[in-house]
Amino acid sequence: MAIAKKSVVWVLFAAGGTISSFLFPALITLFLLIALGFTPDGLQYEQFHTFAASLLGKACLFVVLFLSLWHAAHRLRVVFHDFGVRKDRLIANAVYLVATVGTVMTAFYLYMI
Amino acid sequence: MSRQPYVRPFSKTTWYMRNGRYKVYMLREMTCLLVGFYAFLTIFALAALAAGADQWNNFLASQQNTAMIAFHAFALLYFLFYQTFAWFKLAPKAMPLQLGEKILPGSIIVIGHYVAWAVLSAVIFWLAGVI
Repeated sequence: MAIAKKSVVWVLFAAGGTISSFLFPALITLFLLIALGFTPDGLQYEQFHTFAASLLGKACLFVVLFLSLWHAAHRLRVVFHDFGVRKDRLIANAVYLVATVGTVMTAFYLYMI
Repeated sequence: MSRQPYVRPFSKTTWYMRNGRYKVYMLREMTCLLVGFYAFLTIFALAALAAGADQWNNFLASQQNTAMIAFHAFALLYFLFYQTFAWFKLAPKAMPLQLGEKILPGSIIVIGHYVAWAVLSAVIFWLAGVI
């Protein structure tokens, strides 16, 4: 059972790492453009709402956010260990809880759009 | 006479400072904080989007300040070098590809990742109306 659980976490970590490596540079660039005051047309309310309201848009946003959250959670768990924190059970519960909350929030807000 | 086995001095909290490779490893692992930050920033953006046009425009306005510009610029560079390029570099070691008798050279896999990254980034920028 321990091995089975580990492999699930590992698959989520690897998939999230791959997807964030590919997509987050563009995502951060978009946030940088917004911060600079150059909000692109596709991120104005009407256009972005249309995208996020479509089934494909919802599916893409959900998969990217879900996997990225679980990737970050698992890596953060290991980072705590690397910095000398030896309370793995507590850390694991905390980081996976945050990832679960983020996943539920993503699903809820996408449902509301 | 009791034996006293040698115990290598080892710090649980600062072990990575002894070696450049360990430091790079730690810098690489810390990218998880950026992944988490941008995942939640995007979730808050979706919350604003779900709340309507006014909330969405308020969200956009709340993001427009010098601190966020500096943070995004730093995050972009940090993320590129310690997550994206590091992940691509490790890809052939994590997922070696065998075609028949031959093992695909790692450089091909790495180049493939860079090409896919360029295409995916272009698609996102096109969807967002940047290009």
